[in-house]
Amino acid sequence: MTSSSPESGFRILSHGMLGYGFPAASLERAIETGIDLIAVDAGSTDAGPYYLGSGDLFGSRAMILRDLQMLVDAQERTGAPIVIGSAGGAGTNIQVDSLLGILDEVLAERGVSKKVAVIRSELDRSVIREALDTGRVRTFETGEALTHGDIDDACHIVAQIGPEPIIAALRENPDIVVAGRAWDVANVAALPVLQGYPKGLAYHLGKILECGGQAALPVEGSDLLMGRLFSDGFIVESPHERKVCTVESVSAHTLYEKTNPVRLPCPGGLVDLTGSQFEQDDAARVRVTGSDFEPAPVYTLKLEGARQVGFRHIAIGGIRDPRMISQIDDIETEVRARLAQNLEGRIDPSGYTLTIRRYGLDGVMGALEPVQTPAHELGLLVDAVGDTPDIAETVCAMARSLLLHWGYPGRIATAGNMAFPFSPADVPAGTVYAFNIYHLMEVADPVSLFPFEILEMPQ
Amino acid sequence: MKLGDVAKVVRSKNAGPFILTFDILMPDETSFERLRSKGTLTRESVARAYGVSANEILEFDYYPFAKAIKFSLRRPVPSGAPHDTDVYGAQQHVPLLEMDID
Repeated sequence: MTSSSPESGFRILSHGMLGYGFPAASLERAIETGIDLIAVDAGSTDAGPYYLGSGDLFGSRAMILRDLQMLVDAQERTGAPIVIGSAGGAGTNIQVDSLLGILDEVLAERGVSKKVAVIRSELDRSVIREALDTGRVRTFETGEALTHGDIDDACHIVAQIGPEPIIAALRENPDIVVAGRAWDVANVAALPVLQGYPKGLAYHLGKILECGGQAALPVEGSDLLMGRLFSDGFIVESPHERKVCTVESVSAHTLYEKTNPVRLPCPGGLVDLTGSQFEQDDAARVRVTGSDFEPAPVYTLKLEGARQVGFRHIAIGGIRDPRMISQIDDIETEVRARLAQNLEGRIDPSGYTLTIRRYGLDGVMGALEPVQTPAHELGLLVDAVGDTPDIAETVCAMARSLLLHWGYPGRIATAGNMAFPFSPADVPAGTVYAFNIYHLMEVADPVSLFPFEILEMPQ
Repeated sequence: MKLGDVAKVVRSKNAGPFILTFDILMPDETSFERLRSKGTLTRESVARAYGVSANEILEFDYYPFAKAIKFSLRRPVPSGAPHDTDVYGAQQHVPLLEMDID
């Protein structure tokens, strides 16, 4: 058991993505140094809407199990609590339960019992309907106002909780906290804020630690990152013996994945970094001071929801013939028209979308691609999304066969236009979701919607 | 001289599912200040590089503390929605590499 002292500061070990792994030696060095908190981010919206829509676990179960085994070992040896946020990827209730299932297995295998606080952040539709009806939902980065239809369509709706519900749970001194969707900073900041450290510093440190080892050099795979929080500043360092944090690596990471790097809106206010100073403390550590927190007059939570769009069927094929490549735009237009004709009376155009991605032309950047010169070969990804799996399959198969046999002007290779690497050429690719709620909800109290329960685990 | 020849980092990434954000990090203060004073990397010039209008470029700014230039752009298609080409938004930076800055 270690405990923080004025000299060492409050020591936080951060793992930026549960299941991505980290070097065992980094964890060992952190344990030797001493740890007061193990903060773990387990999710994000980054991997797209699928995980929020489906509730499927993001990442490999085996790798999540591996990371948890090692972190529980560190918890046992240091006494530092583990705080895990955005459980399962999107933080839905199903994903919280999936993560608890893996944790249960880890604890049972180890033969230890732990006090686990569980915070759910999936919201009942009625809560959001009421907020919408009373004018407490703000339009955010979708640029569109929330509607009752959006609420009805969403498969799951989560709120990104701030540190406050985690602080409430930490007052009960749990060994482990498992939270649904949470602001990635909250995992890091909740315990030090409970202990009286300034919010501005704790939040800024959380912002740097949330991506784990990305702020240390050299960046090579996933790793852990350490922070030491003091009343007047914090230090960022890598527990990896060969990695260093520099003013450059830490300040650069401050920019990452946000639109304004010096004023960061957050649950309950804004992290203000306009006065932040970054200094090299020694060759491998950076000291940061001057970061501030500005409370908002009204506390807002970010809501995230995803609706089911349909089912996907895809085909991949390559084109090598320059005569066809030079006419690809016209061919696509004609194929689409013929497809609609062929399906007339059987499949309504509103029942499917067809995207033909042209790798070697604009498959990566789509509408933003400035270069309009095709490569010597094109990879086509035929992507059909339909209201039913059957519709998707039909649209995909028909688009694929039309492309294969299309008689474009000047065609002399009359056997077929595309090289398909697989048999079958068409494969089902599962359920498709889209984010349909990304709005801010005003709340009077950031905690009451997200009560914790205490479990003794394994159960 | 192209931006890709002088910058230390040029990257794109999601800032949430609806916004792409772009970071350009210069190797030192001298090159950062030289780039800023040239006036060739502006809201207008990055808008041209992406074929969008200048008012679609969000929060374009120079950040001396990180020797960085940063701006954002609303995604043409939200992350992971039908027609999206880049769920993480990590391969949308290349037009910046090609920008003439001299």
